[in-house]
Amino acid sequence: MSLRPRARETAEPELHMGSGSAVSLTSASKVYGTGAEAVHAVDNVSLDVEFGEFLCLVGASGCGKSTLLNMIAGLDKPTNGTVEVRGGRPTLIFQEPALFPWLTVERNVDLALKLRKIDRADRKQVVGSLLEMVHLTGFGSKQPHELSGGMRQRVAIARALAQQAEILLMDEPFGALDAMTRDLLHDEVERLWQDTGFSIVFVTHNVREAVRLADRVILLSSRPGRIAAEFPLDIPRPRRIESPEVGALATEITARLREEVKHHGVQT
Amino acid sequence: MAYRPEPAPFEEELAGLDALEAKTPRARSRARRIWSSLWPKVAAVGIVLLVWQILVWAHWRPKYVFPGPGTAFRSLWRDLANGRSLITGLQTMPSVAWFPLAIVVFRLSETAILFVVVLGAAPAIANGLVSGIDHVPPLLLRAGRVLGARGVKAYRHVILPAAFPSFLGGMKQGWAFAWRSLMAGELLVVIGGRAGLGFTLDSARLNVDYPGLMATMIVILVIGIVVDSLLFGVLERRVRRRWGLIEATS
Repeated sequence: MSLRPRARETAEPELHMGSGSAVSLTSASKVYGTGAEAVHAVDNVSLDVEFGEFLCLVGASGCGKSTLLNMIAGLDKPTNGTVEVRGGRPTLIFQEPALFPWLTVERNVDLALKLRKIDRADRKQVVGSLLEMVHLTGFGSKQPHELSGGMRQRVAIARALAQQAEILLMDEPFGALDAMTRDLLHDEVERLWQDTGFSIVFVTHNVREAVRLADRVILLSSRPGRIAAEFPLDIPRPRRIESPEVGALATEITARLREEVKHHGVQT
Repeated sequence: MAYRPEPAPFEEELAGLDALEAKTPRARSRARRIWSSLWPKVAAVGIVLLVWQILVWAHWRPKYVFPGPGTAFRSLWRDLANGRSLITGLQTMPSVAWFPLAIVVFRLSETAILFVVVLGAAPAIANGLVSGIDHVPPLLLRAGRVLGARGVKAYRHVILPAAFPSFLGGMKQGWAFAWRSLMAGELLVVIGGRAGLGFTLDSARLNVDYPGLMATMIVILVIGIVVDSLLFGVLERRVRRRWGLIEATS
Protein backbone atom coordinates (compact mmCIF):
# COMPACT_ATOMS: atom_id res chain seq x y z
CA MET A 1 0.00 0.00 0.00
CA SER A 2 1.41 3.35 -0.93
CA LEU A 3 1.01 6.30 1.36
CA ARG A 4 1.53 9.02 -1.15
CA PRO A 5 -0.94 7.79 -3.66
CA ARG A 6 -1.25 10.75 -5.93
CA ALA A 7 0.88 13.64 -6.90
CA ARG A 8 -1.26 16.76 -7.06
CA GLU A 9 -0.81 17.41 -10.76
CA THR A 10 -1.16 13.97 -12.27
CA ALA A 11 -3.70 11.97 -10.34
CA GLU A 12 -6.71 14.23 -9.96
CA PRO A 13 -7.84 14.55 -13.55
CA GLU A 14 -7.89 10.78 -14.03
CA LEU A 15 -9.53 10.09 -10.72
CA HIS A 16 -12.32 12.60 -10.96
CA MET A 17 -12.86 13.12 -14.63
CA GLY A 18 -16.05 15.09 -15.10
CA SER A 19 -17.23 14.42 -11.57
CA GLY A 20 -17.24 18.08 -10.52
CA SER A 21 -16.24 19.16 -7.03
CA ALA A 22 -15.09 17.15 -4.05
CA VAL A 23 -17.92 18.56 -1.94
CA SER A 24 -21.07 20.28 -3.17
CA LEU A 25 -23.57 21.85 -0.84
CA THR A 26 -26.74 23.02 -2.53
CA SER A 27 -28.98 25.33 -0.47
CA ALA A 28 -28.14 23.26 2.59
CA SER A 29 -29.91 24.23 5.80
CA LYS A 30 -29.86 22.76 9.26
CA VAL A 31 -32.51 23.51 11.84
CA TYR A 32 -32.32 22.14 15.38
CA GLY A 33 -35.57 21.84 17.28
CA THR A 34 -39.02 22.85 16.04
CA GLY A 35 -41.51 25.67 16.39
CA ALA A 36 -40.60 28.67 18.50
CA GLU A 37 -37.41 27.06 19.82
CA ALA A 38 -36.02 26.20 16.40
CA VAL A 39 -32.41 27.20 15.91
CA HIS A 40 -31.25 27.81 12.37
CA ALA A 41 -27.65 26.69 12.63
CA VAL A 42 -26.99 26.73 8.90
CA ASP A 43 -29.22 28.57 6.47
CA ASN A 44 -29.24 28.08 2.73
CA VAL A 45 -25.55 27.52 2.16
CA SER A 46 -24.37 26.67 -1.34
CA LEU A 47 -20.73 25.84 -1.57
CA ASP A 48 -18.35 23.84 -3.74
CA VAL A 49 -15.00 22.54 -2.61
CA GLU A 50 -12.75 21.75 -5.54
CA PHE A 51 -10.52 18.67 -5.61
CA GLY A 52 -7.21 19.54 -4.01
CA GLU A 53 -8.50 22.83 -2.66
CA PHE A 54 -7.59 24.18 0.76
CA LEU A 55 -10.72 25.95 1.94
CA CYS A 56 -11.02 27.81 5.24
CA LEU A 57 -14.33 28.65 6.90
CA VAL A 58 -14.16 31.60 9.27
CA GLY A 59 -16.83 33.05 11.48
CA ALA A 60 -17.76 34.11 14.99
CA SER A 61 -18.98 31.52 17.43
CA GLY A 62 -22.43 30.20 16.66
CA CYS A 63 -22.06 30.56 12.90
CA GLY A 64 -22.72 26.88 12.30
CA LYS A 65 -19.18 26.04 11.20
CA SER A 66 -19.14 22.77 13.05
CA THR A 67 -22.62 21.87 11.86
CA LEU A 68 -21.47 22.46 8.32
CA LEU A 69 -18.50 20.14 8.81
CA ASN A 70 -20.63 17.49 10.46
CA MET A 71 -22.96 17.52 7.47
CA ILE A 72 -20.04 17.10 5.06
CA ALA A 73 -18.63 14.32 7.27
CA GLY A 74 -22.00 12.54 7.17
CA LEU A 75 -22.45 12.78 10.94
CA ASP A 76 -25.43 15.08 10.48
CA LYS A 77 -28.09 15.34 7.79
CA PRO A 78 -29.23 18.66 6.34
CA THR A 79 -32.83 19.63 7.13
CA ASN A 80 -33.16 21.04 3.63
CA GLY A 81 -31.01 21.03 0.53
CA THR A 82 -28.34 18.53 -0.37
CA VAL A 83 -24.78 17.70 0.56
CA GLU A 84 -22.84 15.72 -2.01
CA VAL A 85 -19.42 14.28 -1.33
CA ARG A 86 -17.30 12.58 -3.98
CA GLY A 87 -14.20 10.52 -3.51
CA GLY A 88 -15.08 8.46 -0.47
CA ARG A 89 -15.96 9.22 3.10
CA PRO A 90 -14.23 12.34 4.41
CA THR A 91 -12.22 12.18 7.57
CA LEU A 92 -12.65 14.64 10.40
CA ILE A 93 -10.14 16.08 12.85
CA PHE A 94 -11.57 17.69 15.97
CA GLN A 95 -10.29 20.44 18.21
CA GLU A 96 -9.47 17.75 20.75
CA PRO A 97 -7.24 14.98 19.41
CA ALA A 98 -9.94 12.44 20.43
CA LEU A 99 -7.38 9.66 20.69
CA PHE A 100 -8.48 6.47 22.41
CA PRO A 101 -6.78 6.58 25.82
CA TRP A 102 -6.65 2.79 26.17
CA LEU A 103 -4.54 2.36 23.02
CA THR A 104 -0.93 3.27 22.39
CA VAL A 105 -0.07 5.84 19.72
CA GLU A 106 0.65 3.00 17.29
CA ARG A 107 -2.57 1.17 18.03
CA ASN A 108 -4.59 4.37 17.66
CA VAL A 109 -3.31 4.78 14.12
CA ASP A 110 -3.54 1.04 13.54
CA LEU A 111 -7.24 1.01 14.42
CA ALA A 112 -8.02 3.24 11.44
CA LEU A 113 -6.30 0.70 9.19
CA LYS A 114 -7.94 -2.26 10.90
CA LEU A 115 -11.37 -0.72 10.35
CA ARG A 116 -10.47 -0.41 6.69
CA LYS A 117 -9.73 -4.16 6.71
CA ILE A 118 -6.06 -3.76 5.81
CA ASP A 119 -4.03 -6.93 6.31
CA ARG A 120 -2.27 -7.22 9.62
CA ALA A 121 0.99 -7.93 7.81
CA ASP A 122 0.87 -4.60 5.97
CA ARG A 123 -0.39 -2.52 8.85
CA LYS A 124 2.78 -2.39 10.93
CA GLN A 125 4.78 -0.88 8.11
CA VAL A 126 2.05 1.60 7.18
CA VAL A 127 1.71 2.76 10.79
CA GLY A 128 5.47 3.28 10.87
CA SER A 129 5.51 5.46 7.78
CA LEU A 130 2.44 7.43 8.91
CA LEU A 131 4.12 8.24 12.21
CA GLU A 132 7.21 9.22 10.27
CA MET A 133 5.15 11.61 8.16
CA VAL A 134 4.01 13.48 11.28
CA HIS A 135 7.50 13.28 12.85
CA LEU A 136 6.55 10.93 15.64
CA THR A 137 8.89 8.04 14.92
CA GLY A 138 9.91 6.51 18.22
CA PHE A 139 6.73 7.51 20.03
CA GLY A 140 4.62 4.59 18.82
CA SER A 141 4.58 2.69 22.07
CA LYS A 142 3.62 5.70 24.21
CA GLN A 143 0.14 6.20 25.59
CA PRO A 144 -1.60 9.38 24.34
CA HIS A 145 -1.44 11.06 27.76
CA GLU A 146 2.35 10.82 27.70
CA LEU A 147 2.54 13.19 24.72
CA SER A 148 2.23 16.97 24.52
CA GLY A 149 -0.88 18.60 23.05
CA GLY A 150 0.77 19.26 19.69
CA MET A 151 2.07 15.70 19.45
CA ARG A 152 -1.36 14.31 20.24
CA GLN A 153 -2.90 16.41 17.49
CA ARG A 154 -0.24 15.04 15.12
CA VAL A 155 -1.23 11.50 16.09
CA ALA A 156 -4.80 12.48 15.26
CA ILE A 157 -3.59 13.71 11.86
CA ALA A 158 -1.69 10.44 11.29
CA ARG A 159 -4.82 8.50 12.21
CA ALA A 160 -6.86 10.59 9.79
CA LEU A 161 -4.28 10.04 7.03
CA ALA A 162 -4.53 6.29 7.68
CA GLN A 163 -8.09 6.46 6.43
CA GLN A 164 -6.81 7.42 3.00
CA ALA A 165 -9.67 9.84 2.66
CA GLU A 166 -9.50 12.33 -0.17
CA ILE A 167 -11.27 14.95 1.86
CA LEU A 168 -9.91 16.11 5.19
CA LEU A 169 -12.21 18.13 7.43
CA MET A 170 -10.62 20.00 10.30
CA ASP A 171 -12.74 21.55 13.05
CA GLU A 172 -10.58 24.20 14.76
CA PRO A 173 -7.84 21.59 15.03
CA PHE A 174 -5.19 23.88 16.52
CA GLY A 175 -7.45 26.08 18.64
CA ALA A 176 -6.23 24.57 21.89
CA LEU A 177 -2.51 24.79 21.10
CA ASP A 178 0.09 27.45 21.83
CA ALA A 179 1.17 29.79 19.01
CA MET A 180 4.55 28.14 18.46
CA THR A 181 3.15 24.63 18.16
CA ARG A 182 0.37 25.92 15.96
CA ASP A 183 2.89 27.53 13.64
CA LEU A 184 4.79 24.23 13.27
CA LEU A 185 1.59 22.34 12.60
CA HIS A 186 0.59 24.84 9.91
CA ASP A 187 3.80 24.00 8.08
CA GLU A 188 3.14 20.29 8.49
CA VAL A 189 -0.45 20.39 7.35
CA GLU A 190 0.53 22.45 4.33
CA ARG A 191 3.30 20.00 3.46
CA LEU A 192 1.02 16.97 3.87
CA TRP A 193 -1.63 18.64 1.76
CA GLN A 194 0.88 19.38 -1.00
CA ASP A 195 2.24 15.82 -0.84
CA THR A 196 -1.04 13.95 -0.83
CA GLY A 197 -3.30 16.22 -2.82
CA PHE A 198 -6.44 15.85 -0.75
CA SER A 199 -9.05 18.56 -0.35
CA ILE A 200 -9.16 20.27 3.02
CA VAL A 201 -12.03 22.10 4.66
CA PHE A 202 -10.56 23.87 7.65
CA VAL A 203 -12.76 25.61 10.20
CA THR A 204 -11.24 28.26 12.42
CA HIS A 205 -12.09 31.48 14.21
CA ASN A 206 -8.50 32.65 13.77
CA VAL A 207 -8.50 34.80 10.61
CA ARG A 208 -4.69 34.91 10.35
CA GLU A 209 -4.55 31.14 10.48
CA ALA A 210 -7.09 30.98 7.67
CA VAL A 211 -5.09 33.39 5.50
CA ARG A 212 -1.88 31.51 6.29
CA LEU A 213 -3.32 28.24 4.99
CA ALA A 214 -6.19 28.68 2.56
CA ASP A 215 -6.64 28.87 -1.19
CA ARG A 216 -9.98 30.48 -0.42
CA VAL A 217 -11.48 31.87 2.77
CA ILE A 218 -15.22 31.85 3.31
CA LEU A 219 -16.70 34.13 5.92
CA LEU A 220 -19.85 32.90 7.63
CA SER A 221 -22.39 35.05 9.42
CA SER A 222 -23.85 34.05 12.77
CA ARG A 223 -27.33 32.70 13.58
CA PRO A 224 -28.25 31.65 11.04
CA GLY A 225 -24.97 30.57 9.48
CA ARG A 226 -24.86 31.98 5.96
CA ILE A 227 -22.06 32.76 3.56
CA ALA A 228 -21.30 36.44 4.13
CA ALA A 229 -18.25 36.87 1.94
CA GLU A 230 -15.70 34.95 -0.03
CA PHE A 231 -12.00 35.77 -0.41
CA PRO A 232 -9.90 33.97 -3.03
CA LEU A 233 -6.24 34.09 -2.01
CA ASP A 234 -3.30 34.45 -4.35
CA ILE A 235 -0.54 35.01 -1.83
CA PRO A 236 2.26 32.69 -2.99
CA ARG A 237 3.26 29.74 -0.86
CA PRO A 238 5.10 29.09 1.34
CA ARG A 239 3.48 31.78 3.47
CA ARG A 240 4.46 32.95 6.92
CA ILE A 241 1.75 33.81 9.39
CA GLU A 242 3.66 36.99 10.33
CA SER A 243 4.20 38.16 6.75
CA PRO A 244 2.74 41.57 5.73
CA GLU A 245 0.56 40.15 2.92
CA VAL A 246 -1.04 37.68 5.29
CA GLY A 247 -1.46 40.43 7.86
CA ALA A 248 -3.06 42.86 5.39
CA LEU A 249 -5.63 40.40 4.12
CA ALA A 250 -6.34 39.16 7.64
CA THR A 251 -7.05 42.76 8.67
CA GLU A 252 -9.46 43.15 5.75
CA ILE A 253 -11.30 39.93 6.56
CA THR A 254 -11.40 40.79 10.26
CA ALA A 255 -12.99 44.16 9.46
CA ARG A 256 -15.67 42.36 7.43
CA LEU A 257 -16.14 39.88 10.28
CA ARG A 258 -16.62 42.78 12.73
CA GLU A 259 -19.42 44.14 10.54
CA GLU A 260 -21.09 40.76 10.57
CA VAL A 261 -20.82 40.54 14.32
CA LYS A 262 -22.27 44.05 14.67
CA HIS A 263 -25.23 43.17 12.47
CA HIS A 264 -26.09 39.93 14.11
CA GLY A 265 -24.65 40.18 17.60
CA VAL A 266 -22.44 37.52 19.05
CA GLN A 267 -24.04 34.54 20.67
CA THR A 268 -21.92 33.06 23.36
CA MET B 1 -71.42 11.23 76.88
CA ALA B 2 -73.47 12.28 79.95
CA TYR B 3 -73.50 10.05 83.00
CA ARG B 4 -76.81 8.30 83.54
CA PRO B 5 -77.55 6.60 86.87
CA GLU B 6 -79.23 3.50 85.34
CA PRO B 7 -78.49 -0.14 86.38
CA ALA B 8 -75.25 -1.46 85.09
CA PRO B 9 -76.46 -4.07 82.52
CA PHE B 10 -78.81 -1.61 80.87
CA GLU B 11 -76.14 1.01 80.79
CA GLU B 12 -73.80 -1.47 79.26
CA GLU B 13 -76.36 -2.32 76.65
CA LEU B 14 -77.00 1.32 75.98
CA ALA B 15 -73.34 1.99 75.81
CA GLY B 16 -73.09 -0.85 73.30
CA LEU B 17 -75.93 0.58 71.24
CA ASP B 18 -74.44 4.00 71.60
CA ALA B 19 -71.21 2.65 70.43
CA LEU B 20 -72.93 1.17 67.39
CA GLU B 21 -74.59 4.47 66.74
CA ALA B 22 -71.40 6.38 67.32
CA LYS B 23 -69.41 4.25 64.92
CA THR B 24 -70.41 6.04 61.77
CA PRO B 25 -69.59 9.53 62.95
CA ARG B 26 -66.28 8.25 64.34
CA ALA B 27 -65.37 6.61 61.03
CA ARG B 28 -66.36 9.75 59.22
CA SER B 29 -64.20 11.75 61.56
CA ARG B 30 -61.24 9.44 60.83
CA ALA B 31 -61.62 10.01 57.11
CA ARG B 32 -61.90 13.67 57.89
CA ARG B 33 -58.80 13.50 60.05
CA ILE B 34 -56.84 11.76 57.28
CA TRP B 35 -58.14 14.28 54.80
CA SER B 36 -57.36 17.22 57.01
CA SER B 37 -53.81 16.03 57.50
CA LEU B 38 -53.47 15.12 53.83
CA TRP B 39 -54.95 18.11 52.04
CA PRO B 40 -52.20 20.60 52.88
CA LYS B 41 -49.71 18.15 51.41
CA VAL B 42 -51.83 17.52 48.34
CA ALA B 43 -52.37 21.26 47.99
CA ALA B 44 -48.66 21.92 48.39
CA VAL B 45 -47.81 19.38 45.71
CA GLY B 46 -50.57 20.81 43.53
CA ILE B 47 -49.28 24.36 43.97
CA VAL B 48 -45.75 23.29 43.16
CA LEU B 49 -46.97 21.53 40.01
CA LEU B 50 -49.09 24.54 39.07
CA VAL B 51 -46.25 27.03 39.59
CA TRP B 52 -43.96 24.70 37.66
CA GLN B 53 -46.41 24.49 34.77
CA ILE B 54 -47.04 28.25 34.84
CA LEU B 55 -43.30 28.89 34.67
CA VAL B 56 -43.16 26.61 31.64
CA TRP B 57 -46.15 28.34 30.04
CA ALA B 58 -44.56 31.70 30.74
CA HIS B 59 -41.38 30.62 28.93
CA TRP B 60 -39.31 31.44 31.97
CA ARG B 61 -36.58 29.26 30.43
CA PRO B 62 -36.57 27.47 27.07
CA LYS B 63 -38.60 24.29 27.17
CA TYR B 64 -35.62 22.02 26.54
CA VAL B 65 -33.86 23.47 29.59
CA PHE B 66 -36.88 23.57 31.85
CA PRO B 67 -39.46 20.96 30.82
CA GLY B 68 -42.95 20.87 32.29
CA PRO B 69 -44.21 18.40 34.90
CA GLY B 70 -45.91 16.27 32.25
CA THR B 71 -42.65 15.74 30.40
CA ALA B 72 -40.76 15.09 33.63
CA PHE B 73 -43.21 12.47 34.87
CA ARG B 74 -43.32 10.76 31.48
CA SER B 75 -39.54 10.55 31.69
CA LEU B 76 -39.71 9.19 35.24
CA TRP B 77 -42.20 6.55 34.14
CA ARG B 78 -39.98 5.60 31.21
CA ASP B 79 -36.99 5.23 33.56
CA LEU B 80 -39.02 3.07 35.92
CA ALA B 81 -40.27 0.96 33.06
CA ASN B 82 -36.87 0.19 31.57
CA GLY B 83 -34.48 -2.46 32.76
CA ARG B 84 -32.03 -0.16 34.49
CA SER B 85 -34.16 0.42 37.56
CA LEU B 86 -34.89 -3.30 37.74
CA ILE B 87 -31.14 -4.00 37.84
CA THR B 88 -30.68 -1.42 40.59
CA GLY B 89 -33.66 -2.82 42.45
CA LEU B 90 -32.18 -6.30 42.31
CA GLN B 91 -28.92 -4.89 43.58
CA THR B 92 -30.51 -3.28 46.62
CA MET B 93 -32.19 -6.54 47.55
CA PRO B 94 -29.93 -8.41 49.98
CA SER B 95 -28.94 -11.56 48.14
CA VAL B 96 -29.30 -13.62 51.32
CA ALA B 97 -33.04 -13.04 50.93
CA TRP B 98 -32.89 -15.34 47.90
CA PHE B 99 -31.69 -18.32 49.95
CA PRO B 100 -35.04 -19.72 51.11
CA LEU B 101 -36.29 -19.69 47.52
CA ALA B 102 -33.02 -21.11 46.23
CA ILE B 103 -33.17 -23.94 48.78
CA VAL B 104 -36.76 -24.72 47.80
CA VAL B 105 -35.89 -24.79 44.12
CA PHE B 106 -32.43 -26.36 44.16
CA ARG B 107 -32.56 -28.15 47.57
CA LEU B 108 -29.57 -28.04 49.86
CA SER B 109 -27.00 -28.13 47.13
CA GLU B 110 -24.10 -26.21 45.75
CA THR B 111 -26.38 -25.04 42.95
CA ALA B 112 -28.44 -23.15 45.52
CA ILE B 113 -25.34 -21.31 46.71
CA LEU B 114 -24.19 -20.69 43.18
CA PHE B 115 -27.61 -19.30 42.28
CA VAL B 116 -27.52 -16.82 45.14
CA VAL B 117 -23.89 -15.85 44.55
CA VAL B 118 -24.56 -15.14 40.88
CA LEU B 119 -27.71 -13.21 41.70
CA GLY B 120 -25.78 -11.17 44.22
CA ALA B 121 -22.94 -10.33 41.86
CA ALA B 122 -24.68 -9.98 38.49
CA PRO B 123 -26.57 -6.71 39.10
CA ALA B 124 -23.44 -4.92 40.32
CA ILE B 125 -21.47 -6.10 37.30
CA ALA B 126 -24.30 -5.26 34.90
CA ASN B 127 -24.68 -1.83 36.49
CA GLY B 128 -20.97 -1.15 36.13
CA LEU B 129 -21.07 -2.09 32.47
CA VAL B 130 -24.26 -0.17 31.69
CA SER B 131 -23.08 2.97 33.44
CA GLY B 132 -19.72 2.68 31.70
CA ILE B 133 -21.47 2.49 28.34
CA ASP B 134 -23.67 5.45 29.27
CA HIS B 135 -20.65 7.57 30.08
CA VAL B 136 -18.53 7.00 26.98
CA PRO B 137 -17.39 10.50 25.93
CA PRO B 138 -19.44 11.52 22.85
CA LEU B 139 -16.26 12.83 21.22
CA LEU B 140 -14.74 9.33 21.22
CA LEU B 141 -17.94 7.94 19.72
CA ARG B 142 -17.78 10.54 16.96
CA ALA B 143 -14.08 9.84 16.39
CA GLY B 144 -14.93 6.15 16.12
CA ARG B 145 -17.74 6.83 13.68
CA VAL B 146 -15.46 8.93 11.49
CA LEU B 147 -13.00 6.02 11.43
CA GLY B 148 -15.79 3.70 10.34
CA ALA B 149 -16.62 2.07 13.67
CA ARG B 150 -20.39 1.74 13.53
CA GLY B 151 -22.75 -0.82 15.05
CA VAL B 152 -20.99 -3.91 16.38
CA LYS B 153 -17.59 -2.47 15.48
CA ALA B 154 -18.31 0.63 17.55
CA TYR B 155 -18.96 -1.64 20.55
CA ARG B 156 -15.91 -3.77 19.89
CA HIS B 157 -13.43 -0.96 19.32
CA VAL B 158 -14.81 2.07 21.14
CA ILE B 159 -17.70 1.58 23.54
CA LEU B 160 -16.59 -1.54 25.43
CA PRO B 161 -12.95 -0.48 25.85
CA ALA B 162 -14.12 2.96 26.97
CA ALA B 163 -16.52 1.35 29.44
CA PHE B 164 -13.89 -1.01 30.82
CA PRO B 165 -12.86 1.01 33.92
CA SER B 166 -16.47 1.26 35.03
CA PHE B 167 -16.98 -2.43 34.25
CA LEU B 168 -13.96 -3.24 36.42
CA GLY B 169 -15.51 -1.20 39.23
CA GLY B 170 -18.69 -3.23 38.81
CA MET B 171 -16.69 -6.47 38.93
CA LYS B 172 -15.05 -5.37 42.16
CA GLN B 173 -18.39 -4.56 43.70
CA GLY B 174 -19.83 -7.79 42.33
CA TRP B 175 -17.03 -9.74 43.93
CA ALA B 176 -17.79 -8.15 47.30
CA PHE B 177 -21.48 -9.05 47.00
CA ALA B 178 -20.65 -12.57 45.83
CA TRP B 179 -18.18 -13.18 48.63
CA ARG B 180 -20.69 -12.05 51.25
CA SER B 181 -23.50 -14.17 49.93
CA LEU B 182 -21.15 -17.14 49.60
CA MET B 183 -20.26 -16.92 53.30
CA ALA B 184 -23.89 -16.50 54.29
CA GLY B 185 -24.84 -19.38 52.04
CA GLU B 186 -22.23 -21.70 53.47
CA LEU B 187 -23.55 -20.99 56.95
CA LEU B 188 -27.08 -21.89 55.89
CA VAL B 189 -26.49 -24.63 53.36
CA VAL B 190 -24.13 -27.35 54.43
CA ILE B 191 -23.18 -29.55 51.57
CA GLY B 192 -22.62 -33.05 52.84
CA GLY B 193 -19.08 -34.25 53.08
CA ARG B 194 -17.37 -31.03 52.09
CA ALA B 195 -16.38 -28.43 54.59
CA GLY B 196 -16.62 -24.93 53.23
CA LEU B 197 -15.31 -21.92 55.07
CA GLY B 198 -18.75 -21.00 56.36
CA PHE B 199 -19.30 -24.54 57.61
CA THR B 200 -15.88 -24.60 59.31
CA LEU B 201 -16.77 -21.33 60.98
CA ASP B 202 -20.08 -22.64 62.28
CA SER B 203 -18.74 -26.02 63.37
CA ALA B 204 -15.93 -24.30 65.27
CA ARG B 205 -18.63 -22.44 67.19
CA LEU B 206 -20.64 -25.62 67.83
CA ASN B 207 -17.54 -27.45 69.05
CA VAL B 208 -16.55 -24.56 71.32
CA ASP B 209 -13.31 -24.32 69.32
CA TYR B 210 -12.98 -20.57 69.69
CA PRO B 211 -9.35 -20.35 68.50
CA GLY B 212 -10.49 -22.26 65.40
CA LEU B 213 -13.37 -19.80 64.99
CA MET B 214 -10.96 -16.88 65.11
CA ALA B 215 -8.56 -18.62 62.75
CA THR B 216 -11.34 -19.17 60.19
CA MET B 217 -12.42 -15.54 60.48
CA ILE B 218 -8.84 -14.45 59.83
CA VAL B 219 -8.71 -16.69 56.74
CA ILE B 220 -11.95 -15.15 55.43
CA LEU B 221 -10.63 -11.65 56.07
CA VAL B 222 -7.30 -12.35 54.38
CA ILE B 223 -8.95 -13.84 51.28
CA GLY B 224 -11.12 -10.72 51.06
CA ILE B 225 -8.16 -8.37 51.37
CA VAL B 226 -6.02 -10.33 48.90
CA VAL B 227 -8.68 -10.43 46.19
CA ASP B 228 -9.71 -6.83 46.73
CA SER B 229 -6.34 -5.14 46.90
CA LEU B 230 -4.11 -7.50 44.97
CA LEU B 231 -6.34 -8.62 42.13
CA PHE B 232 -8.64 -5.61 41.70
CA GLY B 233 -6.24 -3.04 43.11
CA VAL B 234 -3.50 -4.03 40.68
CA LEU B 235 -5.89 -4.20 37.72
CA GLU B 236 -7.42 -0.82 38.51
CA ARG B 237 -4.07 0.83 38.98
CA ARG B 238 -2.87 -0.58 35.68
CA VAL B 239 -5.92 0.74 33.83
CA ARG B 240 -5.63 4.16 35.45
CA ARG B 241 -1.95 4.41 34.63
CA ARG B 242 -2.56 3.42 31.03
CA TRP B 243 -5.32 5.99 30.67
CA GLY B 244 -3.15 8.64 32.29
CA LEU B 245 -5.49 9.09 35.25
CA ILE B 246 -2.60 8.80 37.72
CA GLU B 247 1.03 9.79 37.42
CA ALA B 248 3.07 6.84 36.23
CA THR B 249 5.49 5.75 38.92
CA SER B 250 8.90 5.68 37.32
